[in-house]
Amino acid sequence: MTAEPVTTEHVTTEPTLRSSLHGMVADWSSDQRSFKGASWGKAMMWIFLVSDTFVFSCFLISYMTVRMSTTVEWPHPSEIFALEIGGKKIPLILIAIMTFDLITSSGTMAMAVNFAYARERRKAAILMLVTAFFGAAFVGMQAFEWTKLIHEGVRPWGNPFGAAQFGSSFFMITGFHGFHVSIGVIFLLIVARAVWRGDYDVGRRGFFTSRKGRYEIVEIMGLYWHFVDLVWVFIFAFFYLW
Amino acid sequence: MTDASVPQNVAPPPAEVADVELYHAHSWITKYVFSQDAKVIAIQYAGTAITVGILALVLSWVIRLQLAFPGAIPFIDASVYYQSVTMHGMIMVVYMLTAIFLGGFGNYLIPLMVGARDMVFPYVNMLSFWVYLIATLVLVSSYFFPGGPTGAGWTLYPPQSILTGTPGHEYGIILMLVSLILFIVGFTMGGLNYVVTVLQARTRGMTLMRMPLTVWGIFAAAVMALLAFPGLFVACLMLLLDRTLGTSFFMPSLVELGERKDYVGGSPILFQHLFWFFGHPEVYIVALPAFGVVSDLISVHARKNIFGYRMMVWAIIAIGVLGMVVWGHHMYISGMDPWFGFFFAVTTLAIAVPTALKVYNWVLTLWHADIHFTTPMLFALGFLVTFVNGGITGLYLGNVIVDVPLSATLFVVAHFHMVMGIAPVLVIFGAIYHWYPKITGRMMDERLGKIHFWITFLGAYAIFFPMHYLGVLGMPRRFYEMGETAFVPASAATLNIVITVIALAVGFAQSIFFYNLFKSLKHGAPAGGNPWRAASLEWQTPETPPGHGNWGKQLPVVYRWPYAYSVPGAPEDYLPQNAPPVRGERSP
Repeated sequence: MTAEPVTTEHVTTEPTLRSSLHGMVADWSSDQRSFKGASWGKAMMWIFLVSDTFVFSCFLISYMTVRMSTTVEWPHPSEIFALEIGGKKIPLILIAIMTFDLITSSGTMAMAVNFAYARERRKAAILMLVTAFFGAAFVGMQAFEWTKLIHEGVRPWGNPFGAAQFGSSFFMITGFHGFHVSIGVIFLLIVARAVWRGDYDVGRRGFFTSRKGRYEIVEIMGLYWHFVDLVWVFIFAFFYLW
Repeated sequence: MTDASVPQNVAPPPAEVADVELYHAHSWITKYVFSQDAKVIAIQYAGTAITVGILALVLSWVIRLQLAFPGAIPFIDASVYYQSVTMHGMIMVVYMLTAIFLGGFGNYLIPLMVGARDMVFPYVNMLSFWVYLIATLVLVSSYFFPGGPTGAGWTLYPPQSILTGTPGHEYGIILMLVSLILFIVGFTMGGLNYVVTVLQARTRGMTLMRMPLTVWGIFAAAVMALLAFPGLFVACLMLLLDRTLGTSFFMPSLVELGERKDYVGGSPILFQHLFWFFGHPEVYIVALPAFGVVSDLISVHARKNIFGYRMMVWAIIAIGVLGMVVWGHHMYISGMDPWFGFFFAVTTLAIAVPTALKVYNWVLTLWHADIHFTTPMLFALGFLVTFVNGGITGLYLGNVIVDVPLSATLFVVAHFHMVMGIAPVLVIFGAIYHWYPKITGRMMDERLGKIHFWITFLGAYAIFFPMHYLGVLGMPRRFYEMGETAFVPASAATLNIVITVIALAVGFAQSIFFYNLFKSLKHGAPAGGNPWRAASLEWQTPETPPGHGNWGKQLPVVYRWPYAYSVPGAPEDYLPQNAPPVRGERSP
């Protein structure tokens, strides 16, 4: 009934990826794989990110639409998102720190990918933990910002500063983004543990998938993480700078 | 596999990746319930889809009974009528058609047709089904909550969908939105698998331009779905927040029953844009797999290669691209800048070009062909007729000027039932009759199949053809009852009764199909591996039904396209995709 998979002898080691438009046409006219050099996992993450881009685009376009169509004045971002430090109101200070934090985490993630491919397990795992820490710190600061706004009377259905859609869009979109970051943190911790233990060297099978993982998962994880950072740049621009 | 006479230049390239490692189930539960085998998941998807499809069929009887005999059936009040309309539409479009084409046929056929052992990520593929099942259960559970399911119409337009006058505004609408969000999450997991399996897991020799059109159709539909469902996802989430938290994304300031609601300053048109950004591609998400399947049925049962294969592929891609930018034609009467109306009318009518090209190619495939009038072929021909019929009325409705008076009449109902109701359902039946021997190893009864076809095909025409006439008379859709309406003649009521009687009969006649389906499981004639003598890869498996891993020890190697029928000089009238080349053969 079940056939034991056999490893084909003809597996090529040469990269089949060719540059230039001709190379692309050749790749897409060929058999087996359209993205030569990319595993199915990496291709799947890229395509998921395209789909997720559409989700965030729909969110942001909807936000722009309600912001333009509402008749009430929109709250002033530099006043709403200001923190009082030492008796002085500093506009956008928290969000500057949050953005810096998240972009730093992209840097540590990239380093983790590099060390994972170099099989420096400890360094890779530690850098992933650092990335996860930055991610968790981001979510924490977001919780702090939400708390502050809620204390000031901002609610999803209304706020004392202007259009009701301000609170609705803010909580929905930053919440959805924060959810993405949280999911990323959880998966970073799982992968960091696997890297630390050397699961990908000994071929230990995943708890859920029953499959052997590969170090490539660190890079795939990184793709997701960088995407979440990139989305934040857009949310930051449209919410806090507009 | 290699033959001494094979010229060197047609030898397939070496394998680029090692054969995959499969997960082997150890217990009955992991083999048949929480299965990671795409073929089992396909059956689960199709079974669930057909089950809720039967529910939606029964709901259509409720609608028809009310239209024919207004007020005569005690339990059908206005609420029940609107709830039936809503649930019938939503279940048929999303939970039945989308799920059975992509989750059912996609899961079964993609790995077999491209020569893969399974989907690339079987675990996530399994999750996809279970999330889909939970989504359908959440939807159906709304019948057991106070107020019942939502009666907002399948488009769920705010403001009315969440106001108190609409049936099911307490729980029904919430469950509907939650269920749709779950469906999208589940679908995304499956859709990623379908797309990536096609792109990255084909066997040696299987180029994109050697894939059966079925795979092309499902692939293009899955890509569209991954790009279009985000619109619905966002719309559902925002409507859910409007309903539960009192946000005002879609809700303008309004007075209901003399009371001013708390909503302020939202945009109902925004919902329509988001909804139709999903809603129109959805039509092609259902239609493209049907196009693909029908191409294969016609080619196999007419023993001739599909006419203009490359054109067919590019037409699928063109329809997919154009289909993403036509959603505004559902909103001509919603209030839109005339230039947008112009843009959407032009793109809509432009879709007729690649679509007509496909129809011509199907007809040219049949031209001078050795047509076998098997049940699958009959269903494919039935599709051709209904699809052309429904497509032509689409040209009427795509024009702004013609659409405005016809909007919200039964003409629209007749149009979309012809083009994306009856036509894809005929293809689903044809596909089941065609691939049933591969799935079960037994043939379905041809005589019962033909009876089923003629009743369904003629019956569907008798139901929906007169509806065009009622629509042109101006009879509105969605109305619970017409009352005294001067412009609708009394004969229209008679016609409504005729339609209802036929609809009931055709609905009951589907039991012939189910009887055939279950009886043939045990008593059907043994089919062998390739009863239709088809060339595509799924018929060349070493076992029938295909075993876990599909291909035994060695993955197949592909030497030609899947339409090598009646090849001159070939030993038989077809050449399987994985048979070594014959001397002088010039198959693509």
